[in-house]
Amino acid sequence: MHTTTSTYTPPFNSESSGGALKTIGLLLVSLGLLALLVTVFSIDALPTAVTGLGGTAAVTIGALLWIWVTRNQKSVAGQNDGVWQNGMTSRGTIAWVLGVVLTGFYVLLYWYPAALQGLIEAMDPLSLWLRDRPADQWFLYGTFYTLAILIMGVHALLKYRNSQYHIIRTLSLMFFQLCFAFLIPALLLFLNEPEFYFNYFWPLKYDYLFPSTIDYLIDNGAALGVFMVFWGTLFTFIATPILTYFYGKRWYCSWVCGCGGLAETAGDPYRHLSDNSRKAWRWEVAIVYSVLGFIILTTLLLWLNSWSGGSILGGLSWGFSATYAFFIGAIFSGVVGVGFYPLMGNRVWCRYGCPMAAYLGILQKHFSRFRITTNGGQCISCGNCSTYCEVGIDVRHYAQQGKPIIRASCVGCGICAHVCPRGVLKLENGPKEKRYAATPLIKRDELHILS
Amino acid sequence: MQEEQHLVIIGNGIAGITLAQQVRFGSKCRITLVSAESATHFSRPALMYVYMGHLRYEDILPYPGWYFREKKLEQQHDRVLRIDAQAKTLQLQSGERLSYDVLAIASGSVAAFYNWPGQDIAGVQGLVSLQDLEQMEENTQGIQEAVLVGGGLIGVEMAEMLRSRGIAVTILVRDKLYWNSVLPEDEARLVTKHIQEHGVELLLEDELQEILPDAQGRVQRVRTKRGKELPCQFVGIATGVKPNVAFLEESGLDLDRGILVNEYFETNLPQIYALGDCAQFRQPEAKALTIEQQWYSARLHGETLAKNLLGKRSPYRRGPWFNSAKFFDIEYQAYGLVPSALGDELDSLYWQHEAKKKSIRLIYNRQSAELRGVILLSVRYRHDLCHHWLQNKYTIHEVIKEISAANFDPEFFQRYEQELQRQYLKRFPEKTAPAKPGNWWKLRHRFGLFSDTENC
Repeated sequence: MHTTTSTYTPPFNSESSGGALKTIGLLLVSLGLLALLVTVFSIDALPTAVTGLGGTAAVTIGALLWIWVTRNQKSVAGQNDGVWQNGMTSRGTIAWVLGVVLTGFYVLLYWYPAALQGLIEAMDPLSLWLRDRPADQWFLYGTFYTLAILIMGVHALLKYRNSQYHIIRTLSLMFFQLCFAFLIPALLLFLNEPEFYFNYFWPLKYDYLFPSTIDYLIDNGAALGVFMVFWGTLFTFIATPILTYFYGKRWYCSWVCGCGGLAETAGDPYRHLSDNSRKAWRWEVAIVYSVLGFIILTTLLLWLNSWSGGSILGGLSWGFSATYAFFIGAIFSGVVGVGFYPLMGNRVWCRYGCPMAAYLGILQKHFSRFRITTNGGQCISCGNCSTYCEVGIDVRHYAQQGKPIIRASCVGCGICAHVCPRGVLKLENGPKEKRYAATPLIKRDELHILS
Repeated sequence: MQEEQHLVIIGNGIAGITLAQQVRFGSKCRITLVSAESATHFSRPALMYVYMGHLRYEDILPYPGWYFREKKLEQQHDRVLRIDAQAKTLQLQSGERLSYDVLAIASGSVAAFYNWPGQDIAGVQGLVSLQDLEQMEENTQGIQEAVLVGGGLIGVEMAEMLRSRGIAVTILVRDKLYWNSVLPEDEARLVTKHIQEHGVELLLEDELQEILPDAQGRVQRVRTKRGKELPCQFVGIATGVKPNVAFLEESGLDLDRGILVNEYFETNLPQIYALGDCAQFRQPEAKALTIEQQWYSARLHGETLAKNLLGKRSPYRRGPWFNSAKFFDIEYQAYGLVPSALGDELDSLYWQHEAKKKSIRLIYNRQSAELRGVILLSVRYRHDLCHHWLQNKYTIHEVIKEISAANFDPEFFQRYEQELQRQYLKRFPEKTAPAKPGNWWKLRHRFGLFSDTENC
């Protein structure tokens, strides 16, 4: 009898399995969230440092346990099982609740930080230790942001564990967030130097090329301040075009950037919610380049104003700057950009709003060696690539015609190539010559989605 | 196709849609797609992902509504009951009569059942159509155990679907290893082991005897030829497909298993063509199949027939065969059609990584050293280059020089082509290793392995 019995017992994706570790994980998350809630209301019975930091630690450990068990339970090809059937990832009630909570947190953070005073104070011990000064709302935000990237980075590492590309890429994002966007700025403050993020550049960090910021850095940072100005200018005008020429936009958007870091980790479970219709693409083009134009204009006005000693434009350029900071810097990138993850997908800001992405996109489209190659006639039009594209590119449209994908909005995350069940897509850098040429193995017509 | 003519295509699968698109590319004629199955074209290989929750039904529609409007491709969701070839009209289920000037039949396949006792019991089904998927959704609600019949690609797809919902799965496989009728033994062993590791029980070298119902008339258990009884609430029949031609019996078309066509997809009746899974070649090309039941071949049929309808008479030439599939986590790619048992005529270089479930096999003719096929598990190769090798009858010696250029794995993945080269040098000690590894971009340029979108 040639009967073989498998040695494997626990079925994948069974809600009941997972055992004690998963339960402990969920318990810790619940208790931690409760502790954080207590902290917000600054209940005197318990010291906020204990409930705040303790709660944060409990949520972190609990979430990691839960992630470890649930992700390892699923096979590498089964990581997206049930994504469209689970309310949490398909705009169900729980997703709306989460969306509102996240959005509300951003509103409080930007405009009513006093409401978060308990939580902010709770971060004091950590802030004093790292920065030699009490916490403020931005330290609270930075801490939570970094933790979200680290915890959900582990989630991404496990989810894509069979891909060396995604492992290295995710580790890079975690590294840049932890060191460049959290520890180094803290260390600078500790040393009484100006706070500076070495992984953010103009036009994303729009004020880094404002005359006032440059004056401030040079005045307060001395030689280090000069280096900061040099670093920022170098990256905006020289390193960015060069790196984008060789590797495409991805060197920044899905390897270094903190916004990208959050999107690729905490936002990863929501990537399929990005709208990939033609209408969405039209909105994207209309909005993102307007934002880029807006910030270029604002920066130019500020410089004109500065050179003229404030005599030509007076308050006008500051009006531009403040408007930008409010609508784009706060509402778009924060409230909508992250708050709407569970409803509109994880790259809303990057796709429709980020001026750096617009700049990189123009470079990627016209001055780069990067493309996503389609492997001959192998596409089966299944739609996994288009669905899991976080910037809503209809990847399948190109793949089923055997064409390479060269799009300004592509952040090069590489998930289309990962979820493709036929191994049809490959991110690669090659000669610019014949970059748009397609496979000879499929006949195709000339259809431009956006014309 | 003249502008005032009407092309009607029965079936909106990949054969039908490709034909419609390609004809539209060169003609302003009226084009109508009629399908009983769905209102618009969907990706059949993607049905499994809807069940597993990776995608929604709307995600597996390759062309949005605006595409059909802008391309003026009319779609009719209706069943064709009869063809009146004399009057050049179709009788539709809705009562409408649709007249055509040119008719193309691309009605596809249905699951092949082999008259097992109990095959009509509730809870027994195949998986080919959208309706099958809907039925599978109903049939598997809240069940514990399923039995699948057939050790092929649909079998493993159904197994993956059911496992994603924690349902216990047993597959009856006629061969001694999974898909051993197509895969050489080493690869079949890797695949078999992998399927078992995913919690699927394989009953190898066993077949279905009968299916037995419970008191309510639903499937309760199956009995195998070896006498084993397996309790189950669902039976998936995955023993292949057959042409969907039952509705054509009184049409006057020459039928065998499928609709008989020549290499121009012409049937015995004027202005009626057949293509895709439902077509059967009267005289197939050497070594080719009479019925090609593949997604990829259906697309090639559509492209070739369109060329003919647009006035450029050209016979169907399959070109080097290729296929791809997935067995849970293992990706499969094959270039060139080779038998699973290599025999005396063929030999191969074979490398495998047991733990990572990867393998590469280059098959060549012992006498001429000509490359005959490439079989890959969880390693991706460039289709354009493999096609070029096979088309131009490269020898294994020439292939080895370019082998590094063929790899299509993502960046940072470990490459294994050196292992193959080492094996090659052991087998052919008189040869020397290539001075430089093959570079894809240079080969692409040198052999013109691309087409500019403007001129194709």
